[in-house]
Amino acid sequence: MGSGAHSRRPRRTSRIGVLLVVAILAVASACERRQGAASDSGGEIVIGMYGSLTGDGASFGQSSKEGTELAVEEINAAGGLLGGRKFKLLIEDDQSKPEEASNAVTKLISQDRVVAVLGEVASRRSLAAAPIAQRFQVPMITPSSTNERVTEVGDYIFRVCFIDPFQGEVLAKFAFNDLKATKVAVLKDIQQDYSVGLTDSIVSHFKALGGEVLDPVSYTSGDSDFKAILTQVRSQKPDAVFVTGYYPEAAIITRQARELGMTMPMLGGDGWVGDALKNGREALKNTYISNHYSGDNPDPLVQTFRKSYRARFTREPDSIAALAYDAVKLLADAMTRAGSTEGPKVRDALAKADLPGVTGQLKMNAKRNVDKPAVIQEVTFVDGDVKFVYKATINPG
Amino acid sequence: METFFQQLINGLSLGAIYALIALGYTMVYGVLRLINFAHGDVYMLGAFAGYFLANALQLDANPSVVGTIAVTIGSMAICAGIGVLIERFAYRPVRHHSRLTSLITAIGVSLLLEYGGQVVFGATPRFFPQMIRSRIYSFGGVQITNQSLLIIVVAVIVMFGLEFVVHRTKIGKAMRATSFNLSVAKLMGINTDFVIAFTFALGSALAAAGGVMVALAIPRIDPLMGLMTGLKAFVAAVLGGIGNIPGAMVGGVLIGLMETWLGATAYSTYRDAVAFSVLILILLFRPAGILGTATIEKV
Repeated sequence: MGSGAHSRRPRRTSRIGVLLVVAILAVASACERRQGAASDSGGEIVIGMYGSLTGDGASFGQSSKEGTELAVEEINAAGGLLGGRKFKLLIEDDQSKPEEASNAVTKLISQDRVVAVLGEVASRRSLAAAPIAQRFQVPMITPSSTNERVTEVGDYIFRVCFIDPFQGEVLAKFAFNDLKATKVAVLKDIQQDYSVGLTDSIVSHFKALGGEVLDPVSYTSGDSDFKAILTQVRSQKPDAVFVTGYYPEAAIITRQARELGMTMPMLGGDGWVGDALKNGREALKNTYISNHYSGDNPDPLVQTFRKSYRARFTREPDSIAALAYDAVKLLADAMTRAGSTEGPKVRDALAKADLPGVTGQLKMNAKRNVDKPAVIQEVTFVDGDVKFVYKATINPG
Repeated sequence: METFFQQLINGLSLGAIYALIALGYTMVYGVLRLINFAHGDVYMLGAFAGYFLANALQLDANPSVVGTIAVTIGSMAICAGIGVLIERFAYRPVRHHSRLTSLITAIGVSLLLEYGGQVVFGATPRFFPQMIRSRIYSFGGVQITNQSLLIIVVAVIVMFGLEFVVHRTKIGKAMRATSFNLSVAKLMGINTDFVIAFTFALGSALAAAGGVMVALAIPRIDPLMGLMTGLKAFVAAVLGGIGNIPGAMVGGVLIGLMETWLGATAYSTYRDAVAFSVLILILLFRPAGILGTATIEKV
């Protein structure tokens, strides 16, 4: 008996211990949540950016970083906002991995206490990180994730680019009306939400126009041999081929298609905009993309942006950089109108945004998306580098 | 029919890549009974060595065949050196321990090269300069590039070359003796340390040649490129019968063909599963591989 009672006591203490730990954790996480929300204490305004600075999507991350930095520097040089407060930009690398994207955003919000988050480019990574920003009530603006579902995560998630249902329509119309294609093939990267969404949109719009679409063919990011699937596509003799994935694979796919004697036009979305596309070399002849921004646009806003970007980074900005730049300007505008950096107030101001950007008018609609025109560009390979040549502007609706 | 032959050519080109790497795997295994898992990563280092050499020689702007040969030889020399170093500092210290120790060491070296490579070269893929302008040959609707043709030719030459070295030369005889019984070979006056180092140098040089050739055809290189290709080449070696040189060739080509044919169906995204399903089947039903002969181990 005695020994039984003796042995029971430590067990009870440990149970109380467990309860205590649970209670502490619960309180701590509640505090965390409250602290995570923006504090409006004056001084620098800390904002975070997460992006693929390294890995497969490195070009996306680097362009975003440069566009973001340029906008932050311009705002700070002009005296900041909210009575002289300056932006302090923290940047996290997610190595082109979705799980790292959510880690990066968790760190930015819970450790660095940022009041707003900028990023990502790839929809898959934005989708991984957005629920965290939503939970902590920190506004997140994705500069260039076009998948429809990204802003559907919650009312704190905004974007400054068009969405894939529209992009797919633009591409389908261009292929059908301008390239006179009636039978098309679509290659999709099943690992990327962006590619899957864009494929669905292209297929439904092209069929609605009266064209024929072959069964979409799948590949995965990181593949390097596409000859098997391309040979199969070739045997069905399409008039045009869509490649809805990102630039690293797009470059190799166009090359291998040309090596198989496939000379038909090839088309892609804004995911083709990346430095490694130039690896497609001469194979890029007769390829077209839909894009957010054209450097040929005579709008003074665009030309001023180009000039200061070139002065700062000694290269021509791409659409990813332009969108990142617009995202910061949108955020600054919303904070100024809100008169605060608190999450809920900034969110309300973002929802009412309507300002001109270098990529078009940034007017937020009820779904936290912007209705902007898309441009069609022809991809050319000149002197060892890719140039996007403006073809047409297509307005939504 | 045209599509069938095109897929056959696609499969051969892909299979030749696996064969080229599988040859190195099989040779090292044949001599040391060691599965050198770092082999695929030496292949990656070969591609990177080629990348830096080609850029130093500015071969992208003015492609030349002589330059390409120079780059390939340079890369082979660098990787031969790396192979010797790996053997000296990673494998030799554990040579007299159990075989499992060497195997785990090999996995460790492989991980070291992969993630060390990410630190040194960065995780961002790089693009290999076009040292030879791509040219396409067409035979009645069936296309093949000069680079794919080159890989196939090099793989065949390497296979015969290795057969010759192992069976017709003095060092080959020493290699076979070392493989047969290390301590007896030593007693017969064979410098087994040298023979083993030579085996590694040769295997690594072949991997480097493979790296440069493949990077010419598929120009994206990154520090993890050797991981999947290396594993598939390993399966190719097992399929053909590990330790058997023509077997590596057969295994590589078979894996390439199977992947290509699966890639042409609606199950294209299951391609990577082919090699590993084959590995399971071959280990279940014919562990010695297609051309290998089963040996009874003395216990």
